[in-house]
Amino acid sequence: MDQGNKVQFKHSDGNVVVVIGSGAGGGTLANELAQKGIDVVVLEAGKSHTQGDFSTSEWDAFKMLSWLDMRTTSGSWRLAQDFPNLPAWVCKTVGGTTTHWAGASLRIQPHEFKAKTTYGDVQGATLLDWPITREELDPYYDRAEKKMGVTRTNGLPGLPGNNNFKVMSAGATKVGYKECNTGHMAINSTVRDNRTHCFQRGFCFQGCRMGAKWSTLYTELPRAQATGHMELRTQAHVAKIEHDARGKVTGVVYYDANGKLQRQRARVVAVAGNAIETPRLLLNSQSSKFPEGLANGSGQVGRNYMRHTTGSVYGVFEDKVEMYKGTTMAGIIEDEAVFDPKRGFAGGYHMETVSLGLPFYAAFLDPGAWGPNFTAALDQYQYTAGMWIVGEDMPRESNRVTLNSDVTDQYGLPVPNVHFDDHPNDEAMREHAYKQGSAVYEAAGAKATYLVPPYPSTHNLGTARMSAKADEGVCNPHGQTHEVANLFISDGSQFTTGAAENPTLTIVTLAIRQADYIAGQMKQRRV
Amino acid sequence: MRDTIIPIVAQRRAHDGGHHHEHDGIAAAPPTIALTRREFLRGTGVLVGTIAATSIFASLAPSRVWALEMQGLDTHQGEVLLQVTRQIYPHATLDDAVYALVVKDLDAKAKADPAVRQQLADGVAQLDAKAGSDWTKRGANDKAQDVAALAGTPFFNTVRSTAVVSLYSNPMAYEHFGYGASKGDGGYLHQGFNSLSWLPDPPAGASGPIPTDS
Repeated sequence: MDQGNKVQFKHSDGNVVVVIGSGAGGGTLANELAQKGIDVVVLEAGKSHTQGDFSTSEWDAFKMLSWLDMRTTSGSWRLAQDFPNLPAWVCKTVGGTTTHWAGASLRIQPHEFKAKTTYGDVQGATLLDWPITREELDPYYDRAEKKMGVTRTNGLPGLPGNNNFKVMSAGATKVGYKECNTGHMAINSTVRDNRTHCFQRGFCFQGCRMGAKWSTLYTELPRAQATGHMELRTQAHVAKIEHDARGKVTGVVYYDANGKLQRQRARVVAVAGNAIETPRLLLNSQSSKFPEGLANGSGQVGRNYMRHTTGSVYGVFEDKVEMYKGTTMAGIIEDEAVFDPKRGFAGGYHMETVSLGLPFYAAFLDPGAWGPNFTAALDQYQYTAGMWIVGEDMPRESNRVTLNSDVTDQYGLPVPNVHFDDHPNDEAMREHAYKQGSAVYEAAGAKATYLVPPYPSTHNLGTARMSAKADEGVCNPHGQTHEVANLFISDGSQFTTGAAENPTLTIVTLAIRQADYIAGQMKQRRV
Repeated sequence: MRDTIIPIVAQRRAHDGGHHHEHDGIAAAPPTIALTRREFLRGTGVLVGTIAATSIFASLAPSRVWALEMQGLDTHQGEVLLQVTRQIYPHATLDDAVYALVVKDLDAKAKADPAVRQQLADGVAQLDAKAGSDWTKRGANDKAQDVAALAGTPFFNTVRSTAVVSLYSNPMAYEHFGYGASKGDGGYLHQGFNSLSWLPDPPAGASGPIPTDS
């Protein structure tokens, strides 16, 4: 990928925009800026892997693509026991987590942008309304869907349903759900955008070898490079963002592929390291001017960490399902993604098909379990159908990413600690979703169902949230930090609340909007 | 995970004359008595087994005899660990050849880390003590109770956490449990991704057309 660069910027070039991270937020922002003729340096901590490198082995792919740098956990969530050093299942590779994501692309609903107004005061939650409405975002959602080729938008057909979807659909129909289809997926249902249609491999989580699933790896990033305005540097791990006496950021210090410290000057810095690394970097960039961390005068950096209320339900049937055949997540039930407090909780949730290969089914079905009950479930693997729950979780001040000064990473930097306690609302929602998910499979004839705890989090949100008031969050509706005008948050960290939708489409949408804003600010010499 | 079918005895290692190929694959012939001497000299062990003629693996393998050479464990330790693994993850019809892959990975860990080697040796010794001398001769019920009593110990955790990866991440397991794995690399679009016929098809509009433009 480094070979794709048509331009090399000097480390001393203070006119570039430095984008940290090359995933949904960073990769999209970089391309949108480069298309406008703005010079961009993308610093990606991971290595470059191509479609040809992708593996069908779940463990091999996991080792190749995942962010496995040391992290610690605390709190009452089960992950802290089962996977104490793996709170999140996100990627460290060019393209970031868009290599691993499943492709579900749903717009956040209008009422979810007004969570505080809609849900009212929820005790123990720090709900806020987003400082932006769905109406304002819709034109950018349009652009994102077009860019990503989201099915069932812009005249694109839905994906054909696989066996796993057939089971979900049959059960949903019997239960009485009305909104169940193969979803809005950023996976080509026809040949488009110089990329093929989906061939139903079923290795979406391991990287799409066909390139049918949208990933910045083979769309945004090479296109940005082709403009001659973007240079991608891989294995570039940013350690600190620097600033001048006036409090404007001046550049970043990073470790290059050889572990050597480099300093890249910048006019603007945009952070898109996913919601654990982004606050970690701000906190690690503390200085005498920003003693609590960069852009953290509000004390909100790292707080309100959300990861969606998730869980899985697997159903076992008399006849074969072979859930691994075909698209991992092309099937969705939307009926529960509504605000209906009669159910006993605020917010809603989706049920989406999911499948795991045998290795990961064994690893995640009931981590730590053993014995005949566990092996009986494995024995039924090919008769099993699966779904994943994606619901809105409550932001809490105490759910947060902090620096763990007792543990350092390979560069000697404090690692992030992720603390999480489920809110009672999250628990009530999960129970409801387990019950409804089981009902769907039982209606389709399941002879057994398994309720599976959350996997290491793929949807990491809220740790540098946007807010109308500077003391309630970290950035404004454009992702521009309240305290530092030329510092931007460009990933899911800026989400004010989690909503019930898979976040990537909204991250891309916000990045497109942010690029327009940054270009305007630069033109007006405001940054 | 390597796509080896069954680990094998290294046929010959030419006195370590710089010849370090991995001899993974199916043993062409049963091990010979020379192994006894090697075990004595090098402190290693060998696990040997035969795949049942009725096993689905019998047709996959060039030989039904398999053997695993170990370098961190002796033969008895390997046998005990295989049977401990069968207690932790019991699959009545899953061949020992697959469980041997767990022993293979435990052996690699024992070889790489003296602490693990000691931990496994101690765990096996503890089990043997319960049986008088050879735990593998214990009755089935006793074995189950012995292993259950170890749950939560570092020894148990090492075996379990290794097994949950090794046992289910190999081509024989994929075949046994019915997972397509790399066979799906080309995609199931024209190979049964929607072959399920025991339920009604989804309503029109819920699904989408099979693409034809490639």
